Amino acid sequence: MSEASTQTSMILGKLTLQSFPLHEPIVVATFVVVALGGIAVVGALTYFRLWGYLWREWFTSVDHKKIGIMYMVLGLIMLLRGFADAVMMRIQQAWAFNGSEGYLNAHHYDQIFTAHGTIMIFFVAMPLVTGLMNYVVPLQIGARDVSFPFLNNFSFWMTTAGAVLVMMSLFIGEFARTGWLAYPPLSGIAYSPDVGVDYYIWALQVAGVGTTLSGINLICTIVKMRAPGMSLMKMPIFTWTALCSNVLIVASFPVLTATLALLTLDRYVGTNFFTNDFGGNPMMYVNLIWIWGHPEVYILILPAFGIFSEVTSTFSGKRLFGYTSMVYATVVITILSYLVWLHHFFTMGSGASVNSFFGITTMIISIPTGAKIFNWLFTMYRGRIRYEEPMMWTVAFMLTFVIGGMTGVLLAVPPADFVLHNSLFLVAHFHNVIIGGVLYGLLAGIVYWWPKAFGFRLHPTMGKISFWFWVIGFWVAFTPLYVLGLMGVTRRMRVFDDPSLQIWFVIAGFGAALIFLGIVFFLLQIAYSIWKRHELRDETGDPWDGRTLEWATSSPPPAYNFAFTPVIHDNDAWTDMKRRGYVRPLSGFKPIHMPRNTGTGIILAGISLALGFALIWHIWWLAALCFAAIIVTAIAHSFNYDRDFHIPAADVVQAEDERTRRLAGSRA
Amino acid sequence: MASTITASQTGEAPVFYLKDEHPHPEGHSTPLGFWIYLMSDCLIFAVLFAIYGVLGTNYAAGPGPKDLFDLNLVALNTAMLLFSSITYGFAMLTMVQGRVAATQGWLAVTALFGLAFLGIELYEFHHLISIGATPQRSAFLSSFFVLVGTHWLHVTFGTIWLFTLMVQVARHGLITANRRRLMCLSMFWHFLDVIWIGVFTFVYLLGMLR
Repeated sequence: MSEASTQTSMILGKLTLQSFPLHEPIVVATFVVVALGGIAVVGALTYFRLWGYLWREWFTSVDHKKIGIMYMVLGLIMLLRGFADAVMMRIQQAWAFNGSEGYLNAHHYDQIFTAHGTIMIFFVAMPLVTGLMNYVVPLQIGARDVSFPFLNNFSFWMTTAGAVLVMMSLFIGEFARTGWLAYPPLSGIAYSPDVGVDYYIWALQVAGVGTTLSGINLICTIVKMRAPGMSLMKMPIFTWTALCSNVLIVASFPVLTATLALLTLDRYVGTNFFTNDFGGNPMMYVNLIWIWGHPEVYILILPAFGIFSEVTSTFSGKRLFGYTSMVYATVVITILSYLVWLHHFFTMGSGASVNSFFGITTMIISIPTGAKIFNWLFTMYRGRIRYEEPMMWTVAFMLTFVIGGMTGVLLAVPPADFVLHNSLFLVAHFHNVIIGGVLYGLLAGIVYWWPKAFGFRLHPTMGKISFWFWVIGFWVAFTPLYVLGLMGVTRRMRVFDDPSLQIWFVIAGFGAALIFLGIVFFLLQIAYSIWKRHELRDETGDPWDGRTLEWATSSPPPAYNFAFTPVIHDNDAWTDMKRRGYVRPLSGFKPIHMPRNTGTGIILAGISLALGFALIWHIWWLAALCFAAIIVTAIAHSFNYDRDFHIPAADVVQAEDERTRRLAGSRA
Repeated sequence: MASTITASQTGEAPVFYLKDEHPHPEGHSTPLGFWIYLMSDCLIFAVLFAIYGVLGTNYAAGPGPKDLFDLNLVALNTAMLLFSSITYGFAMLTMVQGRVAATQGWLAVTALFGLAFLGIELYEFHHLISIGATPQRSAFLSSFFVLVGTHWLHVTFGTIWLFTLMVQVARHGLITANRRRLMCLSMFWHFLDVIWIGVFTFVYLLGMLR
């Protein structure tokens, strides 16, 4: 233990000058770049006087569409950070052969693989999935906003506060060196005395509050706010998967919260939940964290399945094949996801019977998932398929995900798992399903719904270049890991003795470079499309000949989404409206009741961020102050009864007349 | 659906939108949302009960339940919490009748019972720690303190919330928003009672039988 971490002062806790990693040139260089970039952004915002605009129109907004877009921005920024970590690992592992130590010391490398996993799951995949659900679900069910608009804003800022804490760990102190689930006893105070695990804990706790509340919010929205006529079995399939995903969030994130709280007590108070002595049991932690962790992967993949369903149906020009079976498959996966957690640690020693039970339940999950794949294939069968970019992602997903699913079933066999567990085979498997499933789904969703959010399409050529770099890069990067895993190479290794392995790591590194180009072209696609937005403009609000309700309104939709509440008769509500002669109403607009913006969410999240920082560094006075401030702010907010307003009918008329003009222009 | 207009005046004439505003009064989803929140909170307690179930007999050569628990004190404590639930029920009954003063009175009584519960609990914790049965002593004591302590924290927040609502009722009377808030706190308060029944049974009564 370093001296800096043993001494605490009243004012700054454990924080000293030594806490700043000035001796790590890579970190210092990163800091300089980030600082210069940050100064440039802040300077530009100040120069163009955008702070007031951002504060009024975005930061304090309770509009689900703006919050959804902010979630997406957060997820994409964190994707760059998480991917930088991935590239650093690939370079290190391709380098550290023949006596070379590579370029990363163990202290740094261990933080990188921990940060990579933590960031990619909690601060990339979760915000992107939540962002899409936030944006799309209220539009798909014909609602004006979510059930609890203020909570929605608060949830977003809590997620952001968690992400900020993770980013701070790069420059102030360090991040955990434990792997992304921070198993004790390694993550206990005896083996991880520094602040890394504390950063991990408080980042996840702060973000977890946001995730849980957003889950409750979206469940309520879907249950309570559907347009008249939309029975449960008439809901669009993406809304169904969002419902199941949010049920999983509410039913699993409290377990994570409680488990991390107990680890916190072990570290801060000296209790004995997960210690090796005084009756503690580290395997209790491993069980609990996976009771959260397994549902978590379905939280991510179910909405992706929903996106693929919408995309397949739209771009095949057909109703989704087997809608009912798709719903049941989703629900069955939701339930089964709670009965498989032990397959993450078959080697615990729970015995043949228990392992068999969890092995079999794991294999059973592939049945509803397989049913979904067939549903998509049969939707495409005899369809008029248009290979636009979202459809390309969907086909790539089906090919990639099926192979990831098969290696998953392979790992579900306990004897095979005893050989393959903790190997690079496992790493290849879960990247195969998370990239090939969740990420492809998110990218398909982003391209698919982008015109809805911004009123212009993404440039297809750039997107297709990005697509091919991604898909080919993925296979070049991860096939070698399957091979290495079968040869017995374990995960999280920093240096290697056997020179014959090096070529595989070099190939994997080359694959990472291809994926890098995929990301570059994705960002270029966005930038180029914004530049060429007038050429790519879509005035109709329905650029893909969509089938569900979100395509019935303008792009971007007005703050109130729908001037009149839609009435639903069919699963594909918008197709039904188009077929049966729906005429857009041009008069009779009424004032619309909407929630009012509030800054309480960002203020509470800001104080929570300070609270997390104070607890990480044992700055007790600041922690107490922040805790009191959170309670006072929350109570003060509850004294504000004036939370809504009416958009005047004249404003609605103006917005709708504008849309009429644009629709007329697009037909001319 | 008298208030709807049709898209087409001929043939089947499907109705595709409501002409009048579809009313979603503020807070119409709050009871459901609060229920779901309570269930998520219940899961936190479920984890703590599970932890107690697994680690609750790991005394690490330290004191066990029989050495520590005083059932008379716990019975008194339980009575305080159960009485507070009854009085909260009376507060809700008077709220439905629209009697502000009576509601405030019953809420105050509830708060007093709640404070009594919190005080007795603190006394028990203080006593245990003073005789060396600290949360650090064994996994049994760790899980005991955290399970009962989490419940204590919930009741503390409930009490703060109760006082906040009393001020709000005093200011605005029993308006719809305040009735909704009192209803949510009511669910929270009874929920904590149910959790305490579990604690009383599994921790204290079963502990004395071991």
